[in-house]
Amino acid sequence: MAEIIVKNGFVIDPARKIDGDVADVAIKDGKIVDKVGSGAKVIDAKGKVVMAGGVDVHAHVAGPKVNVGRLFRPEDKLFKSPMAQDKFRVESGFSIPSTFKTGYDYARMGYAFVMEAAMPPLHSPHVHEEIHDTPIIDEGALPVFGNNWFVMDYLKKGEVENTAAYIAWLIKATKGFGVKLVNPGGTAAWGWGLNCLSLNDPVPYFEITPAEIITGCLKANEYLGLPHSVHIHQNNLGNPGNYQITIDSLKLAEGIKPKNKFGREQVMHSTHIQFHSYKGSNWGDFESGAKEVMDYVNKSKGLTIDLGCVTLDETTTMTADGPFEHHLNGLNHLKWANVDVELETAAGVVPYVYDPNIKVCGIQWAIGLELGLYAKNMDRTFITTDHPNAGPFTRYPRVIKWLMSKKAREATLNSLKHKDKVIDATHIHGIDRELTLYEIAQMTRSGPAKCLGMSNIYGGLAPGMNADVAVFDLNYKNMPSDPEKIEKAFQRAACFIKSGEIVVKDGEVLDHGHKRTVWVNVKMPENPQVKRDIAQSFTKDYTVGIDNYPVRDYLVPHPFVIDVNVEA
Amino acid sequence: MATVTLKPTKVPELMLEGYTISPDTFAGKTPAQIAGLEGREGKIKVKLGDFFEVSGSPGKTATETDIVIAGDCSRVKYIGNKMTAGSITVNGNADMYVGGWMKGGRIHVTGNVHSFCGIAMEGGEILVDGKAENYVGCAYRGDWRGMRGGTIRIKGSAGNDIGTFMLGGTIIIEKDAFIHVSTHAEGGTVIIKGDVEGRVGGQMVKGDIFVLGKIKYMLPGFKKIATVEKEVDGVMATFDHYIGDLGERHPKSKGKEIFANLYVKAAA
Repeated sequence: MAEIIVKNGFVIDPARKIDGDVADVAIKDGKIVDKVGSGAKVIDAKGKVVMAGGVDVHAHVAGPKVNVGRLFRPEDKLFKSPMAQDKFRVESGFSIPSTFKTGYDYARMGYAFVMEAAMPPLHSPHVHEEIHDTPIIDEGALPVFGNNWFVMDYLKKGEVENTAAYIAWLIKATKGFGVKLVNPGGTAAWGWGLNCLSLNDPVPYFEITPAEIITGCLKANEYLGLPHSVHIHQNNLGNPGNYQITIDSLKLAEGIKPKNKFGREQVMHSTHIQFHSYKGSNWGDFESGAKEVMDYVNKSKGLTIDLGCVTLDETTTMTADGPFEHHLNGLNHLKWANVDVELETAAGVVPYVYDPNIKVCGIQWAIGLELGLYAKNMDRTFITTDHPNAGPFTRYPRVIKWLMSKKAREATLNSLKHKDKVIDATHIHGIDRELTLYEIAQMTRSGPAKCLGMSNIYGGLAPGMNADVAVFDLNYKNMPSDPEKIEKAFQRAACFIKSGEIVVKDGEVLDHGHKRTVWVNVKMPENPQVKRDIAQSFTKDYTVGIDNYPVRDYLVPHPFVIDVNVEA
Repeated sequence: MATVTLKPTKVPELMLEGYTISPDTFAGKTPAQIAGLEGREGKIKVKLGDFFEVSGSPGKTATETDIVIAGDCSRVKYIGNKMTAGSITVNGNADMYVGGWMKGGRIHVTGNVHSFCGIAMEGGEILVDGKAENYVGCAYRGDWRGMRGGTIRIKGSAGNDIGTFMLGGTIIIEKDAFIHVSTHAEGGTVIIKGDVEGRVGGQMVKGDIFVLGKIKYMLPGFKKIATVEKEVDGVMATFDHYIGDLGERHPKSKGKEIFANLYVKAAA
């Protein structure tokens, strides 16, 4: 592979505490190196910012529910599917883009790795087929465990070791990455037409509570020593007054110590926390609980969060939180799709318009940004939009603009129909903080890479790391006074090098690159009881045979496997 | 007013997607520039000049521009797409999506139109002297925001799915229609002067339908509440007044539920 040198850029690499030093980044054979020969291809980054490739900790980009969204929302593609250009594939869709558009758009923004946030284990072959179809970016996927019958059965009896053995088996079978919990217990209760809206609502039949599921999974995750921590979408999402439950679930992480060989320091990643930071008792007196939530998060080292910022767009909500989607459909009367995935999970999909003329949407927009602005440790706070739930991932540059510029926030605030009511119900108007490029790099690069246990591969520019280098047309010493220029720069990278190949130049995709699927292979001594339980359940409960269940190797033709050895 | 005339010179092998045929795109251009405007035939980009001879010249703005297509457009789609002002006259038939997403101005087709005439229309007028196929004034596939304003008048008959998800505006079918009228509608008015086969007003929340002929199969979700005299498009008649669709959600105003209205001409 050719050698490349990115010359004279303002390097921002929080992983090595480098903030704007003018330096060169040398690349050889897909890795960052100390130096290259004089024949290396030169990328002139003078007057521009150089960062590692972006790492997205949470987005719904592949799998059955994304596809349900694509299928039942043809209007999402209307007038948004320009003709394909020469060797590239047609790009279609806005909130639920085609796999090709997903890959191209992430690359245009300089992103190298994206985590598919909820993989229904039974449908993992489909998830991997779509991941393989998404060009350029590296991806992993988190199988969902929070409503899994095995997990609930074992944890009800307090069997953490068996839970861990089952998790290890399932992650391997699905070529997954880690442990995702979505509305733990609540989605299983939805099978009975119920939900778990507090931490102590028992799941019907299993008689286990969300608190017990969360605690058990936290322990099982550390027992295995996985690269990533438990990744949780908490109970009672999206309802006024839920911030207290949010803090209570975060407290479950207290007393649990991270145990892993991947440099990860947190034991719980709480995702799209915007949807969980609501005060008030109904939509009339709805207000921001961002301060209360961040006061707790800031003092708790065992936690990481991502924002889930509302971007005020028309989008498509999709989650394994089946009961929530039914509830949402009752609010907006648009289309609703619902799926039950046997003993594992469920999912729902509903289109949603975050309308700047609606007070609640304005407040949600403010809460997402407040969470980022109240954060004290940016290496534990990541930018997401819970794509596509609060907005499409293509709005990350806009979120960055809002976080970096009070002027931009005020401009959006002024465009809201119920500006005064939004100001009354939130803190955003009084917050003057403007994040720096260094902090943005922490939130989109070094932070999420560390949180996923991959800080030696992604999110930094140290020699030996994957050569994912993004150049943005921003002058570190002389930042534009017009915040729109910040958004534009992050929307279209001046140059993006992925795994040592130049894939984007001046915001245009040049190459399909060589994407990889990252999965975690947990090796642990055989657990005869769990093995027998799984075999029995497949004959008794599942619609597929156990031999047809695992993801075959041909579905993941370009794997990058992280080995985890669990000692007996 | 300034007039541009497009004379068809070649029948497209596939269908020509003529989304640039609109006073908005023509305004201020020379005939040569108009002939150079893009269209699509299948996956290939083509020019309007490949299929039409352009003469005359447009006005400075869309409002001052009239377009006359002097011949048959049975294989030309998207005539008047998103137009906001001015006029288009088609002396012959037109293919699908005539006046789609139209915001203003007038379109007159002297022959027949194919499906999706006036899809998601917001304003303006469409007049069709012949008949229309399916989906007159409907919403785009999957969308819940259908026709919002303007008037569509079809002098002949129409097919299925008229005014699906309609929110406003008026559709007049002067002869018969087949099935699915104002499905899911939350506003607007559909007038059918002939007979309708059935499925009129299914899942309709709000809005009005007038049928001056007969409905062969009435939906069970509609309930007769009165007999009223009303003038509809210049015709005075006695109607049986039904409300519905009783199986659908309905908004409340001043404590009272608002239903959709279906008026069917009473038997003499």
